[in-house]
Amino acid sequence: MTQAVVLMLVGGAILRASFTGTYLRYVKAGLQPYLIAAGVLLIAAAVMTLWQAVRNRSAHDHSVAEDDGHGHSHHEPRVGWLLVLPVLGLLLVTPPALGSFAAGKAGSVSAAPASGSDYPPLPAGDPAQVGLLDYASRALFDDGKSLTGRNIQLTGFITPGPDGNPMLARIVLTCCAADGRPIKVGMTGKVPLDAAPDTWVQVNGVYTAKRSKDPVNNVDMAYVEVKSWQAIPEPKQPYA
Amino acid sequence: MTQTEVPAAPAPPVAPPAPARDRRIGSLEVLAVLLILLIVLRGWLSGLMSGARLQTWTTVFVSVLVQAVPFLVFGVVLSAIIAVFVPRSFWEKALPRHPALAVPAAGLAGVVLPGCECGSVPIAGSLIRRGVTPAAAIAFLLAAPAINPIVLTATAVAFPGKPAMVIGRGAASLVVAVGMGWLWLRLGKESWIRLPHRPDLEGKAKFEAFWSAIRHDVMHAGGYLVMGAAAAATINVVVPATWLAQLAANPALSVLALAVLAVLLSICSEADAFVAASLSQFSLTSRLVFLVVGPMVDLKLIAMQTGVFGRRFMWRFAPTTLVAAILVGTATGLVLL
Repeated sequence: MTQAVVLMLVGGAILRASFTGTYLRYVKAGLQPYLIAAGVLLIAAAVMTLWQAVRNRSAHDHSVAEDDGHGHSHHEPRVGWLLVLPVLGLLLVTPPALGSFAAGKAGSVSAAPASGSDYPPLPAGDPAQVGLLDYASRALFDDGKSLTGRNIQLTGFITPGPDGNPMLARIVLTCCAADGRPIKVGMTGKVPLDAAPDTWVQVNGVYTAKRSKDPVNNVDMAYVEVKSWQAIPEPKQPYA
Repeated sequence: MTQTEVPAAPAPPVAPPAPARDRRIGSLEVLAVLLILLIVLRGWLSGLMSGARLQTWTTVFVSVLVQAVPFLVFGVVLSAIIAVFVPRSFWEKALPRHPALAVPAAGLAGVVLPGCECGSVPIAGSLIRRGVTPAAAIAFLLAAPAINPIVLTATAVAFPGKPAMVIGRGAASLVVAVGMGWLWLRLGKESWIRLPHRPDLEGKAKFEAFWSAIRHDVMHAGGYLVMGAAAAATINVVVPATWLAQLAANPALSVLALAVLAVLLSICSEADAFVAASLSQFSLTSRLVFLVVGPMVDLKLIAMQTGVFGRRFMWRFAPTTLVAAILVGTATGLVLL
């Protein structure tokens, strides 16, 4: 019976996270169908357990025979109780997406050069919306050729840089938050000095050739010259 | 007659003694009280989680589990199918009769089954229950998460222009998996493996046995997964990345450092290549070792293997595998990279 309740809670918590979108704080969007399938299976297992328990209780002799000859009364692995912890985490605490603490601890992602020789032109629009990772890659490996002469809009959260000045950052996820690594982009010009760490901002600016090295892992970091900025609510998909 | 007041299991007394048939205060009641308390104390709990470090810990802890749950559940379902619906005779026909040949066959079977390490632990346990020689199950356990198509593709994407990394990872992992299987044939003792008592499936109707196996394995492997996730989250939050930079300069130290890091971080095998790619200050050889060790030995796996195969097995198996993976990974790196 207890097992059924624990299974039901785990399955329910997983399903709730996948339908409310909070799962995006922890894993990639592509995992959603698997999460739903797993949640449904867990709840099915819980329902089957309850059903069997009810049936066995009515046929009492049968259920007694099940326990025979083993030191364990019931077959409840006690370690299974620990599964209550992530349920609490998901349902009661619902921790936020990784932010500036994680970004400050780890070295910036080394933005990989484009697979081809040339970068495609920036998307249309003024300002052009560019992802942080894309911006860093174009700035560092193409000397900003595809960025020059355009107004650019970047989105990220504020994190204190190694020199104490705020940087724009976003966490890059591969699988889950355990492998999240930050991409950091420095700011010159009208730097949002009064924005607290973890504030999400949208920055309008232009390319600048300035560079610095992330002391954590010695990777080059690109910069953007800020013309204007505004605080925005956290995006639904917080990771890059 | 089933009033079992004898010490049930040498587990820490997390739960009160398991309820007997005429339950007075059973685990269900304890769970109910616990849940009510937690809901009442919800605000206080959230307040407790407000520090940046603790918050990051919780995020990583929850996310390791959310990531692993689908793989765990699918692995458990597959292992329940093996346990209930696949007849024992199937394995006698499918695998070569001679154990020494069954080992590489099982290792290669792991290549076909895409899944991460959380799923392969219960499957390997199930295989042993169904009479497959432990050596072959070990080869499968080690090979499946490391060299399936998804993981190798991810590695190729993470290391563009370095196909040697993909080849090295596949070759070194297969060598370690098969080598450990053969080593088990020579030195292993069946008595080291102590599979947890699972409700006797033979006497039950297949349908009932299937769900019973799923329930037991999710509770059991899942519980150990929680322990592993908590350990991995702690390491993730506590170890500063700057320590690593100082180790990267020395070739021998950097191999050892990344091997230890692979054990501690417990990243899913489908993601570890990207983390390795970002550890750019380390040599390619040491990053290859990171990729070979990670899917075979890590905190989460050690916890789960303790649960599924028992402590006596794990104390011998995990360190040996770690040493084998470091040696083979380094040798492969020196030859290929």
